[in-house]
Amino acid sequence: MLEAIFAFGMLTATIRLSIPYILAALGGASSERAGVVNIALEGILVTGAFTAAAVTYATGSPWIGLFCAVPAGIAVAALHALATVTFRADQIISGLAVNLFALGATKFGAKLIWGKPHSENITKLPTVWKLDHEAGGAATLAHTVLAEPMVLLAAALIVAVWLLHGRTVLGLRLQAVGENAHAVDTLGLSVPRLRWTGVLASGALASLGGAWLAFDVTQFSNGMSAGKGYIAMAAVVFGKWRPLGATLACLLFGASEALQQRLQVANVKVSSELIGTLPYVLTIVALVGLVGRARPPAALGVPYEKSSA
Amino acid sequence: MRKRLQDAGLQLAVSAAAVLLALVAGAVFIVALGKNPFSVYALLVSGSLGDNYGFGQVVYKSTSLVFVGVAVAMSFRAGLFNIGAEGQIYLGAFAAAWVGLQWPEDTTFGGLWVVCCLAGFAGGAVAAAVPAVLKATRGTHEVIVTIMMNFIVIAGVHWMLNRIPNLKEPETVHTWELAKTAHLRSYGDVFKGSAANTSVWIALAAAAAAAYLLWRTRTGYEMRAAGLAPRAAEAGGVRMRWTMCLTLLLSGGLAGLGGVNFVLGNKHYFEQEFSAGVGFMGIAVALLGRSHPIAVVPAALLFATLSEGAVAIGRQVPNEIIDILQAIVILFLLVGARLLDRAVAAWQKARLAHA
Repeated sequence: MLEAIFAFGMLTATIRLSIPYILAALGGASSERAGVVNIALEGILVTGAFTAAAVTYATGSPWIGLFCAVPAGIAVAALHALATVTFRADQIISGLAVNLFALGATKFGAKLIWGKPHSENITKLPTVWKLDHEAGGAATLAHTVLAEPMVLLAAALIVAVWLLHGRTVLGLRLQAVGENAHAVDTLGLSVPRLRWTGVLASGALASLGGAWLAFDVTQFSNGMSAGKGYIAMAAVVFGKWRPLGATLACLLFGASEALQQRLQVANVKVSSELIGTLPYVLTIVALVGLVGRARPPAALGVPYEKSSA
Repeated sequence: MRKRLQDAGLQLAVSAAAVLLALVAGAVFIVALGKNPFSVYALLVSGSLGDNYGFGQVVYKSTSLVFVGVAVAMSFRAGLFNIGAEGQIYLGAFAAAWVGLQWPEDTTFGGLWVVCCLAGFAGGAVAAAVPAVLKATRGTHEVIVTIMMNFIVIAGVHWMLNRIPNLKEPETVHTWELAKTAHLRSYGDVFKGSAANTSVWIALAAAAAAAYLLWRTRTGYEMRAAGLAPRAAEAGGVRMRWTMCLTLLLSGGLAGLGGVNFVLGNKHYFEQEFSAGVGFMGIAVALLGRSHPIAVVPAALLFATLSEGAVAIGRQVPNEIIDILQAIVILFLLVGARLLDRAVAAWQKARLAHA
């Protein structure tokens, strides 16, 4: 019985903790498939979290907060697209700069609005039905999967991005521009426009992940993305640049975070400092275990110069 | 020679333009807050360079930034991204303190500070060893690994600080104080109680040594070749794996050595959270210095001035605005450098067409 509760609880926690990774990784896959490395996911996550918290705080409506997080994330992604696609700057450095900007700007905003490094408590998104306090592990799991609007949204987006990548003209064009931009150009399609699309899509998706970060703990705090954007990047690589593969990798990272929290609560004889590094260690292990088996998009990280043909 | 001077002039112009544009962008933020940007910037300068104490603090802060800036610049030269300087300076500082504390409080061993410096370097190199070895043996991309190592190393240091017996002073988050012979001379007497100390000379020597290594030795040639044209370098006999591994280790070591500025020069103990983002600022410094170890020095001074000035302007605008400014400097630099490259290429093409 106890084990069953532990298992249900673990599954519930895994799903809740995987959501930001999954949404960021879906975005990362869209951007990277189009040939643009997107380390800026970290900055987009924190921007989404801040905007969702700030707007919810101001309006009292978590729905408006969620709705406003998306354009904010897209704006941050646009900075990255402007630097890397339009000006062909180095994608990794641009991503780092965008992250510094987003981390700084959200800290700045938190100081202005709340005068401290975290927000006041905010209202959560309402669930489809209320959970009975007496409910057992299985009911909590079902409630998380079926009644949390953002879990449902994430599930829908997994399917949508999967369909977009594999089954639509736009998805195939995005993939083509990441493999061979020159060929796409000769077809008369705009390479910059496609790449902008991929990067902006990553902004929209990852910002939702950020909003969930804030809603799940009912507040924003400085730097609350805590490397999750970078881990999502690793998940994209681990998932071989496919939406479903990346999702599975994110569930793995979510599970490791859930395990970490459980071990810390369970007071196991391992140091809490070291348990906290579990997702980060797992990320490195995942990256190492993979070399030679995954093939990145051929033009990933390579700016496209029309004249150099 | 004239060509080189011209090049240097152009690079400087781009850096200066990026900084100016960033200040303009920052002014927009300040105006949005209903404050006067000129008075805020004036306060920023007077609060940092305006008196002896402020100037000493700028020297102190730029010392750490020179170490990490040179470290990151060196990795850039070899085509590598060392994003792990934050963890490296952390482990370096911890190692310097831990090794130094192996000597009793009243030791007369005069070379203790040298031993501590070596320990700092070694600590930074150890923090960089995982990405270095993985890069060399498995080709794992160093960006994500170095970022993950920041989290892992910092947690590991906290674990050691709490577990190693007789290391931490009870009821504090720092170690015991090091013996007198490990202390570096403080310039607090010259700069009115600021934290400036002789590490600044070690930092400048490290910058000079890095420049010498890169441009006057075979190893440095191989590093630069690996960065400029990896395939040509490999065909030319450069041992790519070894060179990348060595570069990351040296880069980590330099960042780790930066820990002595705090541990030997300022507080004389290791303290949790002492570095506060200095490793990430090193990336900005390296970029502003166009990945040249010597040019990193003025870049570090500029960022240190911003960082110290941030304290002064805190009463008028949230001092987080400095974080935003730093990010904007990098973005403008990136774009500016690309525009410059294009302009130079177009100009050369036009000249060829005339000839």
